[in-house]
Amino acid sequence: MSQHELLPRQELIIEGAGCASCVGKIESALKQVAGVSSAEMNFADRTVSVTGVASTTDLISAVEVAGYNAKTSTAESESDALEEKEHADFLYYKKLMRDMTIALALGVPLMIYGLFIGEMTINTNTERLVWLAVGLLTAAVMYFSGKHFYIGAWTSFKNHSANMDTLIALGTGAAWVYSMVVVFFPFAVPEMARHVYFEATAMIIGLINLGLALELKARGRTSMAIKRLIGLQAKTARVIRDDKEIDIPIEDVLLGDHVRVRPGEKISVDGIILSGHTSVDESMLTGEPMPVEKATGDELVAGTLNKTGSVIFEASRVGKDTALAQIINMVKRAQNSKPPIGRMADIISAYFVPVVMIIAVLSALVWLNFGPEPVIAFAIVSATTVLIIACPCALGLATPMSVMVGVGKAAEAGVLIRNGEALQTTSRITAMILDKTGTITLGSPKVTDVVVSDMGLEAGQNKESILQLAASLESGSEHPLAMAIVESANELEIELLALNNFNAIAGHGVEAVIEGKKVLFGNEKLMQEQNIDLSDYILQAQALAAEAKTPMYFAVDGMFAAIIAVADPIKEDSISAIKRLQNNGIRVVMLTGDNRATAKAVATKVGITEFFAEVLPEDKSNKVQELQMEGEIVGMTGDGINDAPALAIANVGFAIGTGTDVAIESADITLMRGSLHGLADAIAVSKATLKNIKQNLLGAFFYNAAGVPVAAGILYPVFGVLLSPVIAGAAMALSSVTVVTNANRLRFFKAQAH
Amino acid sequence: MMLINSLGFLLIAGIVWWFWIYKPDGPASTDSSKLIIVENGVYTPSRISVPAGEEASISFMRKDASPCSGTLVFTDLDISEDLAVGKVKKILLPKLEPGKYVFGCQMQMYRGELLVI
Repeated sequence: MSQHELLPRQELIIEGAGCASCVGKIESALKQVAGVSSAEMNFADRTVSVTGVASTTDLISAVEVAGYNAKTSTAESESDALEEKEHADFLYYKKLMRDMTIALALGVPLMIYGLFIGEMTINTNTERLVWLAVGLLTAAVMYFSGKHFYIGAWTSFKNHSANMDTLIALGTGAAWVYSMVVVFFPFAVPEMARHVYFEATAMIIGLINLGLALELKARGRTSMAIKRLIGLQAKTARVIRDDKEIDIPIEDVLLGDHVRVRPGEKISVDGIILSGHTSVDESMLTGEPMPVEKATGDELVAGTLNKTGSVIFEASRVGKDTALAQIINMVKRAQNSKPPIGRMADIISAYFVPVVMIIAVLSALVWLNFGPEPVIAFAIVSATTVLIIACPCALGLATPMSVMVGVGKAAEAGVLIRNGEALQTTSRITAMILDKTGTITLGSPKVTDVVVSDMGLEAGQNKESILQLAASLESGSEHPLAMAIVESANELEIELLALNNFNAIAGHGVEAVIEGKKVLFGNEKLMQEQNIDLSDYILQAQALAAEAKTPMYFAVDGMFAAIIAVADPIKEDSISAIKRLQNNGIRVVMLTGDNRATAKAVATKVGITEFFAEVLPEDKSNKVQELQMEGEIVGMTGDGINDAPALAIANVGFAIGTGTDVAIESADITLMRGSLHGLADAIAVSKATLKNIKQNLLGAFFYNAAGVPVAAGILYPVFGVLLSPVIAGAAMALSSVTVVTNANRLRFFKAQAH
Repeated sequence: MMLINSLGFLLIAGIVWWFWIYKPDGPASTDSSKLIIVENGVYTPSRISVPAGEEASISFMRKDASPCSGTLVFTDLDISEDLAVGKVKKILLPKLEPGKYVFGCQMQMYRGELLVI
């Protein structure tokens, strides 16, 4: 890797660069800034990529001196983009409604005339003139209200592809061209077939525009969840620069800025508290209703609400890097990803339109060959109706719309789903493995008992000296049990000692030399391997384990010295959440590195009958595989760091986060709050979403499978029924609206109360 | 009737050829600006190439207000972006192995190919 590639890169958006010659000017201005090693501008998208160690403010001012404006590429906030999108959608909605009104203003009177007043046939020259005028009016409607269909159809055709526009353009075009042929050359068609279909063309254009407008409205509702998340972002931040407090847009907050947040204000960017203390409501992200106390050194998360105190914090993550921005990004990405169930619809979509075109031609041929008189009119009506009734949109929208709402709904409950595949697999989970520490329990164990052995007492040890040695030994470890011991020594203000020859024996314990004594700390297996006699204390250890405490053994110079017991409290709602999973027919299995007796005690307390104890970290994934071999679809829940391999190998890996660790790479699903109810919620939302997708797909499939043959006239030989193209247009417009509306029903989904 | 039937079957053969059998043989666009216009149901150009093993970027300019054109998804690359009307959106691509990567809208009505060579 070259030196150049190691340097940080930042991107700026340039405004006011109107000509290609500006490129050189901007690039050289940036290159003159101290620390910049290269600057390359892309004129097509008006961005410049700068490599080197230079502050963003220096770069921006260099561009300004050169006569242009620059902003960071994150400068356009999500909420601005959303507002802009909503505005654009609104304008498009208005345009569709206007198109619809124009088309129906012609179509509806024509249809009423055709149904109740007169015949839409041509027998006299006067009728020819009248219908010619109507034909020209219809052409105007096609131009003003339906132009987008024809242009879309033509550009797709040139690209050898076909879509909904192709079908509408062909259907309405065929009806209009045939009618104009009847107007101009009435004698070329049999008398019975001298019928015009201008009303069909106008009505179809009007109805489909109406359908698109309704669909647009309904689509807007599918993104409610993301809108709510974006709405959490603060608009401004009060930063302290040059000893002055100024309010600036959050896009302009730089890394390292000191930011003040007052009571009742939203936290603007992620940061670490420098001074002050407060309580923060993080419920909007984690679902955790209780405010969290924060003091100097604690982390603050953008989008959460400062309740009581005023604090100054240092910005540690800004722009796209804040936890909230990452959550928004992850939810958006997941909303657009497709579960495997939707892939079939994609394959069908790719062939759909040409197949419908072929069916339309075949249907016309069958009418021409075998139909009753006037064959030509029947052929035209059936071909047009086939083209119009077929709806690739309903099929195409079926999956994405439900995923959009489902993933958003999950995010509202503090469940972040990585992609569509995770969503689908979650709905099929049959077994759930729960790691004990930090998942079922709080993960913050405390020392409960120190039992000094007789040998220990004889050697002059007491509880404090044992704790001092144990805490010194464990001071370097990040294992939760080790941290409990160190914390307990800190509480008693015990001084830690220096250690030599430290050695961690994975899954067993640790050893080291402290003040010339060889100390050993770990589980029963470790003691047995080192031939340390525990026989007199095994019963006592078992008694501690039966109380859901974890006993660990401590030896000094090859002699058993003490049992230190540590207990990790069970989370308040673990029992009810596990019951919820079991009631849903899920086999719940507990996994722990703890000894069997402690594991059993915890499992019994929370109502789990199946558990694996004394599992070494590297064996966790084997246990997942064991269940998979039994044919189970396995969900694995852990903290996402220690359990990464097991999470990755499971069908679905769930990481229990703490609200800020959203980007847990090894997990398919991240639970932002610590409660196991998140698991049951995730499964419930996935099941509801999958059910919704299936309804949509089946609906869209049967609609097309039944609609197309009926439109082709399959019912005619028996019932004498041939569908009107206008009805087909209405059905087509309704079908995609129905799909989006059904997906929107998911918004009302509520996870079971807990 | 014979003539009409023949014409009908010829039309069907034409549809099959035009939409399924015909494969574009022209090279993918290697235009240095790598700008794709999103309009009227198609990406222009719809095939674009980038070199393998290098970080690259392509830009999209959405000119169409219909909601279909608003989302861009590279399924294989786990990229999904919203496109705003009338704005250029730059997509940063990671280093890629040679091959064909498809992209499209949510409903696959818009379709394009990214050729990594």
